[in-house]
Amino acid sequence: MKRIKVGALLLGTLSALALPVPAAYAYTAFVTNEKDNSVSVIDTEKLEVIKTFPVGQRPRGVILSNDGKWLIVCTSDDNIIQVYDTKTYQLVKTLPSGPDPELLILHPSGNPLYVANEDDNLVTVVDIQSGKIVGDIPVGVEPEGMGMSPDGKVLVNTSETTNMAHFIDTTTHKTFDNVLVDSRPRVAIFNPAGTQLWVSSEIGGTVTVINPADRKVIGKVRFEIPGVTKEAIQPVGIRITQDGKTAFVALGPANRVAVIDTETLQVKKYLLVGQRVWQMAFTPDGKQLLTTNGASNDVSVIDVAALKVIKSIRTGRYPWGIVVAPF
Amino acid sequence: MANGNAERAHSGGMIACLRRGALFASLAAALAMAAPVRSLAEDAAPPAAAAPAPEATAPAKADETAPKVAVIPILLARELREEPLPLSLLDLPPKDLGLAGAKLGITDNNTTGRFMNQEFTLETIEESDPAKLIADVVQKVDAGMHFVLVDASPATLLKLSDALKGKEALLINYALPDDSLREEDCRADVLHTAPTRSMLADALAQYLVWKKWNRWLLLLGPTEKDKLYADAIRRAAKRFGAKIVEERTFTYDSGNRRSDGGFEQVQQQIPTFTQSAPDYDVVVVADESSLFGDYLPYRTWDARPVAGTAGLVAESWHPAIELWGGTQFQNRFKRLADRTMRPIDYNAWLAVRMIGEAAARTKSTNFKELVDYIKGPSFEVAGFKGVGLSVRNWNGQLRQPILVDTPKMLVTVSPQQGFLHQSSVLDTLGVDKPETKCKAYTQ
Repeated sequence: MKRIKVGALLLGTLSALALPVPAAYAYTAFVTNEKDNSVSVIDTEKLEVIKTFPVGQRPRGVILSNDGKWLIVCTSDDNIIQVYDTKTYQLVKTLPSGPDPELLILHPSGNPLYVANEDDNLVTVVDIQSGKIVGDIPVGVEPEGMGMSPDGKVLVNTSETTNMAHFIDTTTHKTFDNVLVDSRPRVAIFNPAGTQLWVSSEIGGTVTVINPADRKVIGKVRFEIPGVTKEAIQPVGIRITQDGKTAFVALGPANRVAVIDTETLQVKKYLLVGQRVWQMAFTPDGKQLLTTNGASNDVSVIDVAALKVIKSIRTGRYPWGIVVAPF
Repeated sequence: MANGNAERAHSGGMIACLRRGALFASLAAALAMAAPVRSLAEDAAPPAAAAPAPEATAPAKADETAPKVAVIPILLARELREEPLPLSLLDLPPKDLGLAGAKLGITDNNTTGRFMNQEFTLETIEESDPAKLIADVVQKVDAGMHFVLVDASPATLLKLSDALKGKEALLINYALPDDSLREEDCRADVLHTAPTRSMLADALAQYLVWKKWNRWLLLLGPTEKDKLYADAIRRAAKRFGAKIVEERTFTYDSGNRRSDGGFEQVQQQIPTFTQSAPDYDVVVVADESSLFGDYLPYRTWDARPVAGTAGLVAESWHPAIELWGGTQFQNRFKRLADRTMRPIDYNAWLAVRMIGEAAARTKSTNFKELVDYIKGPSFEVAGFKGVGLSVRNWNGQLRQPILVDTPKMLVTVSPQQGFLHQSSVLDTLGVDKPETKCKAYTQ
């Protein structure tokens, strides 16, 4: 991928006469297409798909290794995790998981990998170098969301039918607290400071914000959109800006992303995106937020500063997970 | 595929098989009714009596202090009744119909329970004598089992409710679709996870109308249940603007469900039965016991799709649905029961999950607290249907999306887009608050 970095180019030639720079850097976004068994590769500068490559069956959760060399994909129907080279798109190796892996997260140090296995009420711990399972952590029914504290000490897993956020000590692999949240929790994420844990409840229609220090609920975010039925508001994906001030929550079949002030927990704005929006990812510079819209087969691109949807990009069928690489 | 059709639940069937003795007798006396009545014995063996089903998964402790575990016992009461067997070998009722769903509910509740220090247990009473069943349940309730899942005839269910009057008991009907039990005969101590006939008919009607198949040929069987289903279809047609162009009752004496050969005559009979109908778009069949309905697809005089209790069916669950995380749920059930999940299993699972959800949310095992919570405005249980399910506060019915499907695949989920409601779109299915005849909840 020899794409010229426009920002650098402008700086080099025009020096300080910088135009109001659009998303200056060309990053690479990887989108798993659940129905097509493929990954769409998006150039975030051109805002178009530059390549689609085949992967295992029913790809869903996707992350990058810390060095950016590996794309790590849950191929749920193969009951395995596949590792692809982010430059050549070739399969590097596979990693074991329990049955039906869905979401995963890396320890901040880059290893191990924690995988939620929906089908057997376990979080599996995998050493990504040796490819060996190094631990299993029993959690609630249908584990799904995986959040990691910035210091890497606490892993939080949500279980969809048990409706809890399970706090797990990453050194002992033991659950040390369980917090009940609203129905069908999907995603858990810490804010960058590690002072808030956000958990989305798809059926409950809320986001619960928990203080990780004492595991008390700080507050709940509720959503109300004129003309959209209460049943259609199904929060799933959550992303929080690097400054910790703004959270974005994908509302599923409400086809909107809510923009939330993390201090007041009030919704500031709803952004109309594609249909059944689930997962999201920031570009590394934090200027764009990309959303996967499963039912409309596209990715919406949100300008984070302007809070505007600037483009939708056609992907494969049922785009599910998304991750953006810093190159 | 049963459409929430409770009476298929049991596998008696001996009398019924005999009763059907002469389906095509007029056409073929020569064909001996050779099918041995006992040939179905493998599925018709009487279920083991009153075997307690201990589901006590040892509660794992989240910490070392070993807090006290509170136990919530649940009773499942089944009245074993003689019912005709369905036409298809695939539809023969398994012995643990419903019970297996309840067991899965207990397992799911206990996985959550181990974090809450709550434990759920299940005990079963299976009895063919209604009086004895009622007496046994009353005894269990008196002994402290306050939550009772019920699969019984409408009459027995009502008698049971009467017998428990004044006691701390909540009955959950997971089997019967009768609207009357939620309307004129409703009881404040009876909740219903099984969808009503009117909910099923409305779910089907919304899709047929969306498809613009507005002209229906209604074919109904001779039984009381078929008449009730046909009533629900007529009501749905009126509500959603469809027209029943003609009604025909299937009056042929139904025969044994099995004989060597048999298709030759069905192939002749069904076209004749459906001949010379006014123009119509779809056959809607009301045959809850599957005595003839499953013969209709691909055999009608005109080339028309079949919907109702056969062909395209509305029901609470389907063994092939994988939406909303359903795959894991189906897998869990298959591992537990060694078969696929049927609507009645799903309804029973939901009943147990409702109790589990209330216990987790209230952090209580107090009967009254749990019941108030379940009936209250903040109650919601997830049931792999994409939205939260809650209880209608005018008749105790669990509101829920309804699947519309064929034997192998999901076709759609109702309510359909565009059918609106001022409070919940789920209330476009079935009897809505302004129409209810139920008084028990307003007193």
